[in-house]
Amino acid sequence: MEQQIKSQNRSCTEAILARYGKAPFFFFFLLRKLKIQICGIKSFASQIAVLIFLLGRPLVLITMPKQQANWSPYDNNGGSCVAIAGADYCVIAADTRMSTGYNILTRDYSKICKLANKCVMASSGFQADVKALQKHLAARHLIYQHQHNKQMSCPAMAQLLSNTLYYKRFFPYYSFNVLGGLDNEGKGCVFTYDAVGSYEKVGYSSQGSGSTLIMPFLDNQLKSPSPLLLPVQDAVTPLAEAEAVDLVKTVFASASERDIYTGDKLEIVVINADGINREYMDLRKD
Amino acid sequence: MDFMASKQPENSLLGPEADSQRTLYPYVTGTSVVALKYKDGILMAADMGGSYGSTLRYKNVERMKAIGKHSLLGASGEISDFQEILRYLDDLILYDNMWDDGNSLGPKEVHNYLTRVMYNRRNKFNPLWNSLVLGGIKNGQKYLGTVSMIGVNFEDDHVATGFGNHLARPILRQEWHENLSFEDGVKLLEKCMRVLLYRDRSAINKLQIAKITEEGMTISQPYSLKTYWEFSAFENPTQGAVGSW
Repeated sequence: MEQQIKSQNRSCTEAILARYGKAPFFFFFLLRKLKIQICGIKSFASQIAVLIFLLGRPLVLITMPKQQANWSPYDNNGGSCVAIAGADYCVIAADTRMSTGYNILTRDYSKICKLANKCVMASSGFQADVKALQKHLAARHLIYQHQHNKQMSCPAMAQLLSNTLYYKRFFPYYSFNVLGGLDNEGKGCVFTYDAVGSYEKVGYSSQGSGSTLIMPFLDNQLKSPSPLLLPVQDAVTPLAEAEAVDLVKTVFASASERDIYTGDKLEIVVINADGINREYMDLRKD
Repeated sequence: MDFMASKQPENSLLGPEADSQRTLYPYVTGTSVVALKYKDGILMAADMGGSYGSTLRYKNVERMKAIGKHSLLGASGEISDFQEILRYLDDLILYDNMWDDGNSLGPKEVHNYLTRVMYNRRNKFNPLWNSLVLGGIKNGQKYLGTVSMIGVNFEDDHVATGFGNHLARPILRQEWHENLSFEDGVKLLEKCMRVLLYRDRSAINKLQIAKITEEGMTISQPYSLKTYWEFSAFENPTQGAVGSW
């Protein structure tokens, strides 16, 4: 009987050595030194077995350090976007450069996507996430059209985008968006987002790598009255459509001077009562 | 047994045991692929090396394959993942052929499929460690696109992967133009491949050039480029060096 038990203990030790290496034994000897005996058990290997039973997974984590992934699932492909809302129009613009690190991948990539008849989104950030987000929203819009027999309004799409982004709150879409379009009354509206879906209706906005250069300039030229004032004042700019387009061109020309990720070409989309119009302007290629 | 720790389902990718199932680094890799649009279709070049870290382990790896009737796929990165992608595409094309409806998947569709596959694997933190180049022509429409291992994709008139982005793209930006003839296209590709040969450690002097046109895909026999090493700066490079080493 003694013999049998002894041989069992030996193979127990071997099994522990094979699975966890020497670490549990060091731990055990430490406890022994400190005169802590586990559960009144006399046998050496059984104590370790009980220890492992109690500590379980944490012991594995101590003895087998988890290998970290040394690649990142994200990348920043750069670029800037701007949107300005007017009384009866909306201007959405973005550059067409796609970069990674210090390289340019392509000079001719559109960051602007038409989501609905009067609703256009411009996004900068990680291109693969932006593409997936655009596809997701396009699919949801199609379902909406089948169910309600009408196009989604801009404020409705704005809420959908916010919810879609927050859905991936713990593995975000690395996408910085501005949504522009006409609301149900034909007035321009712009919504600005962060990567996890917090959004706000504003009169103008910029996102992306050049936003820190562009936003202060827009604030200076288009400063809307505070939304806290009473009576409620309009956030949209009183500028005419042509003036707003000119402002956008100026803003991007300036941003291209100092932001390395902005340049090559500017794509401007204007939405008004007549429909959607697209124009292009060359920017610095350096 | 682990009543204190949380129970993971068997096939989950979380937890320490699952790390051996995820791609953490590549083992056998191919180097750059370079491709451009020319008058009749797409030209693509890649060398035939498969490196195992710093060892040149395999010297007969075909890194470009025809996909269906209209497309050509070139890959750099982990060779085994490339072979896995070929298996996925095999199933896709087979399924498409079984419809027998006179329609076939063109390069745009295959590129979209590949983008979705790569992005999906990246979402699961288990990427296919490749940079893919997908070119083709269908109904006169030329198409050339690329997908990276995290799903970043775009199409352009000329693309390259890996070191090709740094060394070949600038040459192509300078010298590419619309309606290149076949000979000019090959000369341009060879110029890019020669620079890569001189400067990319993992490149070897055994390459193939593949061409895809409306008629179909042809891939050249492996051949090598002429190189020149007689620059005077390379002769006796330590002449004039100061010191004993």
